[in-house]
Amino acid sequence: MDNKRYIARHVVELPKSGIRDFFEIVSKMKDVISLGIGEPDFDTPWHIREAAIYALEKGKTHYTSNLGLLELRRAISRYVGQNFSIAYDFESEIIVTVGVSESIDLALRALINPGDAVLYHEPCYVSYHPSVALTHGIGVPVPTRAGDGFSLNAEDIERAWRPGCKVLMMNLPCNPTGGTCDRGRLEKIARLAVDKDLIVLSDEIYSELTYEGSHTSIASLPGMRERTIFLHGFSKAYAMTGFRIGYACGPAALIEAMMKVHQYSMLCAPILSQEAAIEALLRGEDSMKAMREQYHRRRDLIVRRFNETGLKCHMPRGTFYAFPDVAATGLGDREFAYGLLDSERVAVVPGTAFGASGRGFVRASFATAYEQIIEACDRVERYVQGLGKSRRPASGG
Amino acid sequence: MMADSPMNPVLKLLIEGGQLSTAQMARVAGLSEAEIDRHLEQLKKDKIFLGWRPVLDLSREAAAHSAVRAVIEVKITPERGGGFNRLAERLSRFDEVESCYLMSGAYDLLIFITGPSLQKVAGFVSEKLSTLEGVLSTSTHFMLRSYKEGGYLLDVPTESSERLKVSP
Repeated sequence: MDNKRYIARHVVELPKSGIRDFFEIVSKMKDVISLGIGEPDFDTPWHIREAAIYALEKGKTHYTSNLGLLELRRAISRYVGQNFSIAYDFESEIIVTVGVSESIDLALRALINPGDAVLYHEPCYVSYHPSVALTHGIGVPVPTRAGDGFSLNAEDIERAWRPGCKVLMMNLPCNPTGGTCDRGRLEKIARLAVDKDLIVLSDEIYSELTYEGSHTSIASLPGMRERTIFLHGFSKAYAMTGFRIGYACGPAALIEAMMKVHQYSMLCAPILSQEAAIEALLRGEDSMKAMREQYHRRRDLIVRRFNETGLKCHMPRGTFYAFPDVAATGLGDREFAYGLLDSERVAVVPGTAFGASGRGFVRASFATAYEQIIEACDRVERYVQGLGKSRRPASGG
Repeated sequence: MMADSPMNPVLKLLIEGGQLSTAQMARVAGLSEAEIDRHLEQLKKDKIFLGWRPVLDLSREAAAHSAVRAVIEVKITPERGGGFNRLAERLSRFDEVESCYLMSGAYDLLIFITGPSLQKVAGFVSEKLSTLEGVLSTSTHFMLRSYKEGGYLLDVPTESSERLKVSP
């Protein structure tokens, strides 16, 4: 029996994740140094884990309000107010979700009618285009470039814009490029959003991991609070990926619409993760800063080594990803990544996994111990030098 | 003045608690090994960096002699002019004393000592420590088992991590 014929058309049409097949190969290999991991290598700080254990001991095993624990929403309201200069009412303007991923899904489902178009920058997080497609929306990619650190330009958004565009999705600092936007550029984007009447979904999950300058949220700019859904979570800054906990803040009507979807699907985020999140917000700053400082040094190391090796690499201003250009090796990004894995047992993710404009780049995560980064960079160097040698005889040299 | 000058890059790496060799430190900090050595020398000169010390779990090594460790709370009489310092420094010079701290609260000095046997440690306390002029009383606690040493958890089984090798 052909069960496949039952599968919904838009699901059949979803492209396979560019990471999936790569993952299959890597997971079967031994002695791989992986720079392919999109999560912190640190375990969740002990005091946060302990808070979850304590909550479990105290019998906190029940549903919470659909919007999330009041105490957590209060803490989020305070945190976002202090760190992003945006005031959200904890009673009506904040919803706690299962990671930012659920927030994105809820927001798109709450906003998109079939055929509505969603602008998003590329390269971008792997789920952006599929999430739009799952809501029967149409994804409209906006290119970003290595030349300006993969920052996002209002002009590029305007060029990509067409009637029917309703939402602009952005992730700054950006996975996989580490690109960020300074206040000036954000202001232009904000003016464009007002001009074109766009709702902005601003995924700021990496905002704490900004190494140069300070992070500005587009929601804090004049006229933007009313048309922005601010998305944030705990996975990256507090090394809490497995807790699956995030949140969305925005105008009450939009949060209410997201809550409607959430209450009939997820109901609420797991209470233990919510309890852990409260601890992270109240007492997690020091451990977060200690981790950031290590990422910062690792970033400087890996970017310097890539450039020394001849792989041109811009300095990512945020996240824990370097995104070097591998074009100089004469290989495409997939070819480079598979070759590197095969001959030197180092895993990096081909840039095209993050959209067409990732072509010719690879993502290398530096959420890995110094020793591993040093060894991985040595192996990359050997691989690149080997490529150069194997080409030379052919040119008669 | 000190607060304004940037922190010695080697000191930063040492505080982070990693176990990098000087060669690895050189690569992380983007300096030559000679420069790392120079920074280390400077830290030694400034008496900030006092020395390397291994963190060992000797309970796993049958051939190692089983050391006895104890913590001793010591009450002493402060002296006019010198306070607790002279006596604390004098106590600290004994080889048996690993660490010595001036404390607030019910006693004055907290001393960590190590000896080859219970008798030796007891002998040190009764013959050397408590007979010193100025020492009013001692209270000795023997350590039975170590769970964490210098930042390292002992006897915690290392679980094979299920962390994904590639993730978005």
